[in-house]
Amino acid sequence: MPVMSYIDAVTLALKEEMERDSKVFVLGEDVGVRGGVFRATVGLYEQFGEDRVLDTPLTESAIVGVAIGAAAYGLRPVAEMQFADFIMPAVNQIISEASKLRYRSNGNWECPLVIRAPYGGGVHGALYHSQSVEKIFTGVPGLKIVMPASPYDVKGLLKAAIRDNDPVLFFEHKRCYRAIKEEVPLEDYTVPIGKAAVKREGTDVTVISYGLTLHYSLEAAKSLEQEGIDVHVLDLRTLVPLDKEAILEATAKTGKVLIIHEDNKTGGFAGEVASVIAEEAFFELDAPIRRLCGPDVPAMPYSPILEKEFMLTPEKIATAIRELAEF
Amino acid sequence: MSELKHTALGLTDDQVLEMYRYMLLARKIDERMWLLNRAGKIPFVISCQGQEGIQVGAAFALDREKDWLCPYYRDLGMVLAFGQTARDNMLSAFAKKEDPNSGGRQMPGHYGDHRYRILSGSSPVTTQVLHAVGIAYAGKLEKKDHVVLTTCGEGSSNQGDWHEACNFAGVHNLPVIFMVENNKYAISVPLTKQVAGGDIAARAKGYGFPGVKVDGNNPLEVYQAVKEAAERARSGQGPTLIEAVSYRLVPHSSDDDDRTYRSSEEVEEARKVDSLVVFKKYLMDHELLTEEKDQEIVAKIMQEINEATEYAEKASYPAPEDLYKHVYA
Repeated sequence: MPVMSYIDAVTLALKEEMERDSKVFVLGEDVGVRGGVFRATVGLYEQFGEDRVLDTPLTESAIVGVAIGAAAYGLRPVAEMQFADFIMPAVNQIISEASKLRYRSNGNWECPLVIRAPYGGGVHGALYHSQSVEKIFTGVPGLKIVMPASPYDVKGLLKAAIRDNDPVLFFEHKRCYRAIKEEVPLEDYTVPIGKAAVKREGTDVTVISYGLTLHYSLEAAKSLEQEGIDVHVLDLRTLVPLDKEAILEATAKTGKVLIIHEDNKTGGFAGEVASVIAEEAFFELDAPIRRLCGPDVPAMPYSPILEKEFMLTPEKIATAIRELAEF
Repeated sequence: MSELKHTALGLTDDQVLEMYRYMLLARKIDERMWLLNRAGKIPFVISCQGQEGIQVGAAFALDREKDWLCPYYRDLGMVLAFGQTARDNMLSAFAKKEDPNSGGRQMPGHYGDHRYRILSGSSPVTTQVLHAVGIAYAGKLEKKDHVVLTTCGEGSSNQGDWHEACNFAGVHNLPVIFMVENNKYAISVPLTKQVAGGDIAARAKGYGFPGVKVDGNNPLEVYQAVKEAAERARSGQGPTLIEAVSYRLVPHSSDDDDRTYRSSEEVEEARKVDSLVVFKKYLMDHELLTEEKDQEIVAKIMQEINEATEYAEKASYPAPEDLYKHVYA
């Protein structure tokens, strides 16, 4: 089984699904000849031709709107937003159209669409190439929101997203693209949307996270071993639909929960996870639920000092876990 | 009305009478909805009145067995000509479970019908114009020869999505017809305050495809323009922009009062050149229609609408638990 990077798993999933189903096509800015600014679609143009690997004009609303029309017709478009930060012009198409097409037509139309978007900071991307945008969409029923942390899950979840009959937002953390590698089978497999995964068993503190901060949490957990703090780590993998059962199980393991994400705290998804626990597992708790999130500032600045201050790190996470363990 | 003859366009006498019947049907359904609204029986109406000639003329120029529509909320005449019935639209007006557009979920005028390749639409304007481009692109990928007609009002043609759609379709030479139904008002704001230069058709030049302006009160002129556009689209020559000029004869919706922003004299002047008036005259001048025959057509339509109204009023509402259906597959 080859070891591959997070972004190579994206490319492989797209290639396999395009080989499997002629209704799958990709569209976006620079996805064709260039193979994507991050090289996520590299080789696809050569293999499948310009009609199925479509270089669009620089128009995010059109990328999503055209994809919605093609999806309603019966194709399976995979639209790329070059950066999640640039999804904003397409938000009307996503929220007013894609999320509601099935519902507003009483089930007579559907929108089997995937929107891939690289998100997240720590890449010197400044305010408009670093944002986490999931909270804009997590409160919109009709959308599914997938945020894998590892190459194995990237391949399996992206394939599941392409085969799904509802619109899926597939957020890929840019910092993971080349930093995270693991063994990925070359065989066909999918990972079910809506299922979290326990990444580490522990008895003292439960960390619930996704994306880049999942890896930082695992690093922090390892460093706390020598202090005798045993950390349980749950990777949500999908935010919508949310695997509540896994959250409640992970809560019961330790009675102390820390929820971590890079998106900012106020209105962030950690609030939803905390609410689920407070409503359904209150008597399992031995300490207040804690959140460790990106700060409530508009976005991540360019200056390395300010970027570092914004970003979560294994050290910041270890400190938060330690405090909760000592509660 | 211009000298354009239906026979010269390849339309038979029966076809033009059928066009007239659809225009009348749309008008009479619309008028009934206003009555029902003012009687407190339905909460909302949004009208086609004044634009029936555009809608029916355009629909007849397409292949109604395979072409697609991404219409907007005034296109009652168009969806009727594509297959919807008075009953379908009354079920929608009363928000009943059998409403084919949405099962009673959307306001009237939010058309969508898989049976007739009419894509479901929303209320934010011109989002559907991009969907039309997507359906056209899908046809290209699947090697089909369907044409997609999408419409909007002149105010909506200022939206970014409209521009993005025209540009995208132009770049990829797609079989889309962009038709702007210029009824001179976007709720209360007149054309002069909506469209710089006042000419929407002229914008096509920037997209690299033809833009034509037609008299929307003349269904034959609209038919001719859409027919040519569909032929261009089907033969791989790409999109066309059509600006069809008419007038909105009634307020924007049942919640609007147009006396606050335009004079009744202006509306009365427009009524004199209403497409229903001019097309009726055309048919009578060509001895295809008499007052007597007209009365017969109207009587038949009224019977159809009465039956549809009665049926829809008695039909079941969705059940409360239907609220939770069709969020996901």
